[in-house]
Amino acid sequence: MALRELSSLEKYLGLKKPNKYTTQGDKKVPVLQNNNGPPLVGLVTIGCHLVKEAKRPKLLGDSAESRAVVQQWLEYRVTSLDGCSKEDNKTILKDLNLYLQDKVYMAGSQFTLADTFMYFGIHPLLVDLAIQEKEQYVNVTRWFDHIQHYPGLRHHLPPVAVLRNRIYTSKHH
Amino acid sequence: MKLFVSEGNPHCLKVLAALEVSGVQCDVQYVNHEERVVPFLSRPALPALILPSGLHLFSSNAICRYLFEISGQDSSELCNQWLEWEATDLQPALLQALHMAVLQGKGSEVSKVLQGPLNYLEQSLSKGNTPYLTGEAVSVADVVLWAALYPVLSDSSLALGERTSVKAWFDRGAVMHSCQSAAQKVLQGKGLQGMKSYMQRQPASQSSQCRGTQPCNSNPAEGEESDRAVSAEEMEAAALTWSKDLHACPLATDRQHPILPQEGRRNLLVTSALPYVNNVPHLGNIIGCVLSSDVFCRYGRLRGWNMLFICGTDEYGTATENKAREEGLTPQQICDKYHAIHSNIYKWFQIDFDFFGRTTTEKQTEIAQNIFWRIHKHGFLVEDIVEQLRCEKCQRFLADRFVEGICPHCSYPEARGDQCDKCGRLINAVELREPQCKVCRQTPVIRSSKHLFLDLPKLEAQLVQWLEKSTSTGDWTANAKQITRSWLRDGLKPRCITRDLRWGTPVPHPDFKDKVFYVWFDAPIGYLSITANYTDEWEKWWKNPHQVELYNFMAKDNVPFHSVVFPCSLLGAQDNYTLVSHLIATEYLNYEDTKFSKSRGVGVFGDMAKDTGIPSDVWRFYLLYVRPEGQDSAFSWADMAMKNNSELLNNLGNFINRAGMFVAKFFEGCVPSMELQQEDKKLLALVGWELQQYIQLLDKVKIRDALRHILNISRHGNQYIQVNEPWKKIKGGDTERQRAGTVTGVSVNIACLLSVMLLPYMPTVSQTIRDQLNAPQSCVNTMLQGTGTFVCSLSAGHRIGTVSPLFQKLEVDQIEALKKKFGGQQKTAQSPGSTQPAAVPAAAAAAEATTVNGVDPEKAKQLTQAVTEQGEKVRALKTQKAEKAVITAEVAKLLDLKKQLALAEGKSPEPAPQKGKKK
Repeated sequence: MALRELSSLEKYLGLKKPNKYTTQGDKKVPVLQNNNGPPLVGLVTIGCHLVKEAKRPKLLGDSAESRAVVQQWLEYRVTSLDGCSKEDNKTILKDLNLYLQDKVYMAGSQFTLADTFMYFGIHPLLVDLAIQEKEQYVNVTRWFDHIQHYPGLRHHLPPVAVLRNRIYTSKHH
Repeated sequence: MKLFVSEGNPHCLKVLAALEVSGVQCDVQYVNHEERVVPFLSRPALPALILPSGLHLFSSNAICRYLFEISGQDSSELCNQWLEWEATDLQPALLQALHMAVLQGKGSEVSKVLQGPLNYLEQSLSKGNTPYLTGEAVSVADVVLWAALYPVLSDSSLALGERTSVKAWFDRGAVMHSCQSAAQKVLQGKGLQGMKSYMQRQPASQSSQCRGTQPCNSNPAEGEESDRAVSAEEMEAAALTWSKDLHACPLATDRQHPILPQEGRRNLLVTSALPYVNNVPHLGNIIGCVLSSDVFCRYGRLRGWNMLFICGTDEYGTATENKAREEGLTPQQICDKYHAIHSNIYKWFQIDFDFFGRTTTEKQTEIAQNIFWRIHKHGFLVEDIVEQLRCEKCQRFLADRFVEGICPHCSYPEARGDQCDKCGRLINAVELREPQCKVCRQTPVIRSSKHLFLDLPKLEAQLVQWLEKSTSTGDWTANAKQITRSWLRDGLKPRCITRDLRWGTPVPHPDFKDKVFYVWFDAPIGYLSITANYTDEWEKWWKNPHQVELYNFMAKDNVPFHSVVFPCSLLGAQDNYTLVSHLIATEYLNYEDTKFSKSRGVGVFGDMAKDTGIPSDVWRFYLLYVRPEGQDSAFSWADMAMKNNSELLNNLGNFINRAGMFVAKFFEGCVPSMELQQEDKKLLALVGWELQQYIQLLDKVKIRDALRHILNISRHGNQYIQVNEPWKKIKGGDTERQRAGTVTGVSVNIACLLSVMLLPYMPTVSQTIRDQLNAPQSCVNTMLQGTGTFVCSLSAGHRIGTVSPLFQKLEVDQIEALKKKFGGQQKTAQSPGSTQPAAVPAAAAAAEATTVNGVDPEKAKQLTQAVTEQGEKVRALKTQKAEKAVITAEVAKLLDLKKQLALAEGKSPEPAPQKGKKK
């Protein structure tokens, strides 16, 4: 799973030579063998490394504050999203929905690596939701739909239909 | 910039240490653990840093990294890696370790949990050969890891073992004055115990255990289907099962009444919460109890358990008296009328009770009074004086629902005696201002009256002991356990069991002779009396806890009465009663994201379901598909149509129909001979696995989850047919024709298995499939034995019947029409007793609805009508030259209606009334 994400990221970043990854442990943590140093371990660590390699530092944030926010959501992805139980799903979606209420991207108004990895991580949660459940999380689905249509990003995941594009939230029928 | 921390929180130790090491200036505020600083998170998250821009950071590692960055120390790649490791690997282990050490007193076992991460750290440090994690100088990674590990490494009692490099590194960190002073601030010198109150508020280490083993965030049923690898052994085992014979045991559907417990069998007594007789049940009521228990009972019979399924109408109480008054009938007539309605509805939904009784019977009086006297004899009743409202004109004490008045909290003029509909607060009827008898509108007086109370505190110790056993050995749903726990935590108080009413079971005690039992005491005894009306040997079920397992099905609002109050009655009676072993409670089913409401006419009610023209089986399927299992769910027409069309029609129905049609068309109606190849065996193994899951889930009463596995099987089947294309192969040579035969034979046998698995959910469709396939009845008894046995029950040469489609498409316009019809605001007068003009109730209901900010053409239409009528009324009054005050009042009403109309038409985006926008 993580490996597919990394290869999608490579493609998005336009890296010419695909890297070779291995995994370690029960949780299949990705490992990148690095020519000029010790191997890099962990999805976030490798993701940040790829961004630097592609010379796109802005994807990690363009100020100390936004860098901190990006790192926070990257960590959130690998701690809270990965391995969350089914009961947690609802809370996560509810929280994110509130967070994204006044934001276009995870770190505010700029697309960052946090959007990429959060998108990969949220995908399995949204895929299973019925349309009317998705409607409870309009901000998440709006963000999600936006990111899944971001040029060159979706590679390994099927698109999720975010149907019934309503201009008002419908509580009563 | 402001940092919020709390004492005893190990994550706060990290940020305080980072703050000191980095030397950044920042306001620090200590708050309670429960303080929600980050507005968008449901759970309190500390530490939290509010950035100058107003953004919130709630991850301690992100905060530490930020503090280092603004002090001029960027973190390296290696540093990032350590932080990620800390968050994903070390923290789950630490959380579990702290949970064990601080809360469970299992300090000695901590070293096992931490051994992995500590060894990894030791290796890295010794291999790197630098004093700090990332080199010669302290980095944010050192501070974070040091602070994370401080609580466990500084406690020598945990005996974590000797790791020289870790120790040297840790002591180096410890010399840093700043880290130690941070530790002092957070733990207050109390060591591990300083974190006790913090740890108690953590969602236990379950989550960390889950994290440690395997990620489970995708739907287990669907997520694993594609990735599941089937081993060669599994395939061979499945093929072996396939070749077994059908059981020839007696038919599961043959039931000999009366059913009594039998030695050597699993004897299950299943009850569904007794529905109140005074109203027509809605879909939420149906899925909550009768339908869920019916599925379980049908399943249990297939499993070969000895089941008795009991239910009935709950008929006593104020609600019935009230309804009788409304409809101008006697309470008994009301009960007779509605009992028949309930009975018919359940029959239509194919609820297969062994007995559907009622509570207004002699057996009820006999058993209730017997239990009462036993409780009395054992000293579990206390007397007390209760102040109540009495209407002198009606000559009776007024039950809470018979009083109306002004709410003492919010001054709403139409508050009821038990609750205010406006502010929602509970009210004690005697607190109402200007109370009125709902029947005669006289002002009642306060009178005191003597009542009996069940002494719950005295029974608490017994109750707790029994609960511990029952909840740990039985299958109690999580909400049932949790609601019960919270009742116990709040402390039990004596509960009044008598009422000054007429319609109830009379209290036999001479000092309380004009009183009846309060319904909550009386109603659950109905389970016993209904069984007694079914068989004289009822005590074999109800006084036989060693042979009988009792399952109670209900919606969650009913839990405390079944887990605390009723068990106390039975424990107090001391007569070896069978107490509940498995308490199955659902959450709520909403209607299109709102609540079912009889008074507003919102939702589908039991008696209307059949008028929709949608078959009972499809209703059952959809209700069970959205069963509020574990969380609230919603009934939605569009979703129902979608599930019918995609799951029933295109998936399940399509597969079964194709399988049957191939046999009929290509093989003259006789099942062809089958030669299993690897691919077929793999399918058998996959199907067998789904069957196994289905059984495991239904054994635990996970009804909704089990249904998914049925649909998975037909998905596998469709794929199998699609890949093998028997319709092409049948035209080929001998080998190809043989292949077509095998695929068809396997498919039609899967269809047969599906018919059995569907039986609890869709009994009619299940039977239709077997009729079409002419399947032997014995397949029903065979397939669900043990962990699931998928045998070939239609062998080569078997002649099938006539195959026809099982489901029909639900069209969009059909569903839209139904949605409109049941969406509320049906103008048919709901209460014939109402004498108010027609426009007023519609307006009142509309006012309620518009507060939810909905544009609603249907409502707008009705409001337009109401506005026209009200306008005519005003004009008429004016031409009649009526009194000014009267006209003003009517004009005010008109303006109000117009305002609501504007909202319903979406002309004003704000739900709040806007003075200047009247049109």
